[in-house]
Amino acid sequence: MTDLDLSALWVSLQLATTTVIVLLLIGTPLAWWLAHTRSRIRPIIEALVALPIVLPPTVLGFYLLITLGPYGPFGRFADLSLAFTFTGLVIASVFYSMPFVIQPLQGAFEAVGKAPLEAAWSLRASKLDAFLTVVSPIALRGYISAIVLGFAHTIGEFGVVLMVGGSIPGQTRVLSTTIFEHVEAMEYGQAHTIAAVLLIFSFLVLLAVYVVNRRFPIHVS
Amino acid sequence: MSHLRARFDLPLSTFRLNVDLDVPIAGITAIFGPSGSGKTTLLRCLAGLERAPQGFMQFGEEVWQDESRGRCLPLYERPIGYVFQEPRLFPHYDVRANLLYGYKRIPLDARRVAPEQVIAILGIGHLLDRRIHKLSGGEQQRVAIGRALLTSPKLLLLDEPLASLDLQRKQEVLPFIRQLHEHLRIPVLYVSHGLTEILQLADRVILMKEGHVAGTGLLNEVFTTLDFRAQLGPHRIGAILNARVIHHDLQYGLTQLDFNNHALFVPIQSVPVGQALRVHIFSNDVSLVLAQTVVPTSILNILKATVVEVREIDQSSVEVVLDIGTPLVASITRKSLMLLGLKPGQLVFAHIKTVALNEEFVE
Repeated sequence: MTDLDLSALWVSLQLATTTVIVLLLIGTPLAWWLAHTRSRIRPIIEALVALPIVLPPTVLGFYLLITLGPYGPFGRFADLSLAFTFTGLVIASVFYSMPFVIQPLQGAFEAVGKAPLEAAWSLRASKLDAFLTVVSPIALRGYISAIVLGFAHTIGEFGVVLMVGGSIPGQTRVLSTTIFEHVEAMEYGQAHTIAAVLLIFSFLVLLAVYVVNRRFPIHVS
Repeated sequence: MSHLRARFDLPLSTFRLNVDLDVPIAGITAIFGPSGSGKTTLLRCLAGLERAPQGFMQFGEEVWQDESRGRCLPLYERPIGYVFQEPRLFPHYDVRANLLYGYKRIPLDARRVAPEQVIAILGIGHLLDRRIHKLSGGEQQRVAIGRALLTSPKLLLLDEPLASLDLQRKQEVLPFIRQLHEHLRIPVLYVSHGLTEILQLADRVILMKEGHVAGTGLLNEVFTTLDFRAQLGPHRIGAILNARVIHHDLQYGLTQLDFNNHALFVPIQSVPVGQALRVHIFSNDVSLVLAQTVVPTSILNILKATVVEVREIDQSSVEVVLDIGTPLVASITRKSLMLLGLKPGQLVFAHIKTVALNEEFVE
């Protein structure tokens, strides 16, 4: 791998890590709400969250580019263009990878149900205390799935990154776009290396998810 | 004795809970009624897990809910211990961590129940390092009770804690519930639709029917004055008595009990003299005699009683409510009633064929 490839790897890792952290912070309360609400707008929110699964990444990227660019709301009112910056890339990735974090969390929270929570309340644990000491540990597998899938999906994104990030070396050039550029430049050897790295990485990640789900079943009484 | 005052009006999908309670809370109070009568919902309202819009609830001096002032304490701020139908133990902790989960959250000066004490009463010392899924159903429920007790609650709510257990496991947990009350003096509200459980455990009863309270009072009063007694079937309870062992007759294999200066004889029991025992009498086992008989009779248990009232049951039988210091009900035929000419205030002698012991009820 060339220095340029390594810097792309570094940007990819930074981007995926930041995105997953942001998504866990936003996703936990949102997934909790989705798991327990009886609100009528719940299916609307669920559909919005799931949208990036079916939407062509270029469509999402296009709208984000317009929104984040110099003529979007940020650009117009704050004179701040986030297009073609790392921050812009993080915002785009958060939307793009959202379903892969929210859905496992929501599933895990639904599986946990309200019963352990009520039990914790009856033992004097406040809402936050009960969530941290009882609900999260029981939902641990959901968190592992969410982290792993969110991370891997962000590493693999291409269309959105190209639209919003450009491919500025050291800032917004990530592994997936680097492959594209190697292929365009007919550098098949380098493309092969990176493609193999991503292929093996993706397989290992999924393997880890399945092994964890099988090896550590939570016994809910 | 603390008083519990509660008013809840809560429309639910299948019925409406509408209760207005003002009852003394001491010992074990059973919330009894058929499935779907609102027992669990009432308990959840008392705990603050369901919130009735105009609700009010006061325990002793403490007001926990007063919606007219917009006040409703969440469960974690109420000094309540709650044991659910399922044990709801935390699967990611072992038995010890489950037991101490609430205990650790109680300020030092508010801890009145010690872990060693609870572990001893519930007999779970050998389980402390076990994982939850390695426990039997009865063991799990005992841990759940212990965990609730260790929060030093002022009121313990038990929601059919034996419902998910088979008969053997029930007998494994039941005596502990009685004992923990004897040792720790924490008033208990116990939801159940099982008559046997109630007869063994309860001191007082709150009777639920179709979402409202159909009656409250001491166990024997409620069960002998019910207006739906006919529905209790052929084995209708005549009386539930708290008696005391006063003598063992080894020659004839009998144990003599005392209830309100009445002598009762039961097959010999391996409990010490002075021990309290709960017994019950079925109304079909009670026959009435006008005078103290001089003719020899095989009946050992003869109680002097006053007729209180006569109730129609069906075309052939009636129930006679007697006063022996507490109500005692005799089921007799309409013909016998006519032959004896029984009237309220009349003195009679109740011949009791069998006195049944409430198993496991050994205080």
